[in-house]
Amino acid sequence: MNTLDKDIAGWGRYPVQRCELVRPERHSELWSEATSLLARGQGRSYGDAALNEGGRVVLTERINRFLAFDRDQGIVRAEAGLTLAELLAVTVPRGWFPLVTPGTKHVSLGGCVAADVHGKNHHHDGAFGRGVRELELITADGRRLRCSPQENAAAFHATLGGMGLTGIIGEVELQLQPIDSAWIRARHQGAANLEQLFELLQDSDEQARYSVAWVDLMSRGAALGRGVVMNGDHAGRDELSGGRRLTPLRLPPHKVRNIPIDMPGWLLNGLSIRAFNSRYFRSEGGRTAPFLVDYDTFFYPLDTLHNWNRLYGKRGFVQYQCVVPTAGALAAMQQIMQRLAASGHPAFLGVLKRMGAQGEGHLSFPMEGYTLAMDLPMKGAATLALLDAFDAVVLQHGGRVYLAKDARLAPESFRAMYPQFDAWQQVRHELDPQGVFSSSLSRRLRMGEAQ
Amino acid sequence: MSGTVLILGATSAIARGTAAAWAQRGYRLYLAGRDVESLRRDAADLAIRYGVAVHFGAFDAAAHDSHPAFLQRVTDEMGELEGVLLAFGYLGSQAKAAGDFRETLAIINRNFVDAVSILNLCADHLEQRGRGFIAGIASVAGDRGRQSNYTYGAAKGAFALYLQGLRNRLFPAGVRVLTIKPGFVDTAMTFGMPGLFLVAAPAYVGERIVTAIERGRDVIYVPWFWRWIMLIIRSIPERLFKRLKL
Repeated sequence: MNTLDKDIAGWGRYPVQRCELVRPERHSELWSEATSLLARGQGRSYGDAALNEGGRVVLTERINRFLAFDRDQGIVRAEAGLTLAELLAVTVPRGWFPLVTPGTKHVSLGGCVAADVHGKNHHHDGAFGRGVRELELITADGRRLRCSPQENAAAFHATLGGMGLTGIIGEVELQLQPIDSAWIRARHQGAANLEQLFELLQDSDEQARYSVAWVDLMSRGAALGRGVVMNGDHAGRDELSGGRRLTPLRLPPHKVRNIPIDMPGWLLNGLSIRAFNSRYFRSEGGRTAPFLVDYDTFFYPLDTLHNWNRLYGKRGFVQYQCVVPTAGALAAMQQIMQRLAASGHPAFLGVLKRMGAQGEGHLSFPMEGYTLAMDLPMKGAATLALLDAFDAVVLQHGGRVYLAKDARLAPESFRAMYPQFDAWQQVRHELDPQGVFSSSLSRRLRMGEAQ
Repeated sequence: MSGTVLILGATSAIARGTAAAWAQRGYRLYLAGRDVESLRRDAADLAIRYGVAVHFGAFDAAAHDSHPAFLQRVTDEMGELEGVLLAFGYLGSQAKAAGDFRETLAIINRNFVDAVSILNLCADHLEQRGRGFIAGIASVAGDRGRQSNYTYGAAKGAFALYLQGLRNRLFPAGVRVLTIKPGFVDTAMTFGMPGLFLVAAPAYVGERIVTAIERGRDVIYVPWFWRWIMLIIRSIPERLFKRLKL
């Protein structure tokens, strides 16, 4: 198979590293003999999780075939390179929706499994792994292993959130949820500060299936952590009017805009973000009466801006996402936001949400508590030092950082944050004793080394 | 539409893109190739995405004696064919072919002889039917011989000439013949190759092929600007061309 040595990056475009790319066209070509191997789907993890500097990276984008779809039971099986966008295009018109979806549909199923991604309904439905009935895992020696909660359960749980380090995920079988329409009944509520935001999120628990809050990370003082809680539920057919009721599962056409080139690095600065946030807070916070939005707009607002990561310019950005157990969550988030404010570092797109109980994946990110995510333009040492300070707060409150977003966590912090790492490592060692599967992330976090 | 299209060499990226464009229009498909497990996957994928019937079966282009029985099996299963896409080919290595005649022969056979063997039979089938189409994937490499790939170019050029004759022969019967000359397409063959530009996605190429058949075109270049690139390349005087390192 042809190879291509190329500088690639994650969605945050930091760091950029040279990898040897291969792009199989057929499922049977997914595995190849190599000393260092890593599968990469759509490259939507932010940092170095889908990079393998100096090693081989297997692009799975052409391994994207539907293999089976049971329209009565809502069970779909596909090759792991299939994207959620492709899946939705087929299953939504037939009344089926993924149990869990992240904030972009341009992700591969394999990537969703490897990061055990979560959505706005984690507090109700758990993470992506909850809907996975079975996986095909291609191990270091080329064997194909069927993994499910019943069969090869240890390998299954090590692969959920295992960041692609247990092998190449070849196929994924999902249980979908039935829907009556492609529409979401949404409701917004503004909160004047972080305390209020936490309260609203807690209340949303019972009220709505989907719940997430946008946070104004540039607000200060009494307004620190002000934001808008956005709740949603799948709308029934009878809630729709006119033509929509006749074709409830049809999506209205969407315009996708493209950011064609890198924007200058100064574009997203404290001033421009503050101006945007104020406007957004006023316009979105006021939509307190229920309204209907199609699922695309509700779940994937940023997908309408193609290549939005170019907004951050050439240096890219880092996303920081942490989760902190409920007891210390408010204090931890307040400290993080205060540190952010004190640093003067610009931060964009703050997202806060409740998380439910931890799932089965050894290295799965979600745990009971609150999670905060933010995008920070990469400004070198200043950015990295700030995030180290965030880590300290998160560790102190028993929380953890999301590996799918990470580009800079220290190995010691990682081990303290993921108590099931030893169990994971044991399973991984049985599956891949030579450590063939590795990534820039796994080397940075020393995931192949003994305690 | 409910016509059936037979795709020979169906696991190639261009074939996959073209199959999707037909399936989207409601055509039934028969996917043929060597790698039956991959065909099974492609067939399931197309059937689920587009809700059309997709059959598949083993086809060995080099086993010419097996071709009549193969075509019989396809028509037994699917009924009469609406059209045929010939998408198999073998780029090979010019460097290897220079020192190893088996490689030369493999390139010529796969791209020309094997193709002629099966298309002769398909032509008879469609001619009797009095309608339908044959589409064959040739190459811009067949437009002018260059030192870097003239064996491949010669075989593809011969194939294009064959399609031209077939077009002439089948015209009275109402059967259209399309010659497709792809430029750079983003496939396993071109992945990682240096010096490529404006590489086309297989889905785009597939859509262009199906549209060209609908419009009754004879020869197309995909992407379209390759017509002009090749016009320039063909118009360079041989006295000069032979000195170039191409």
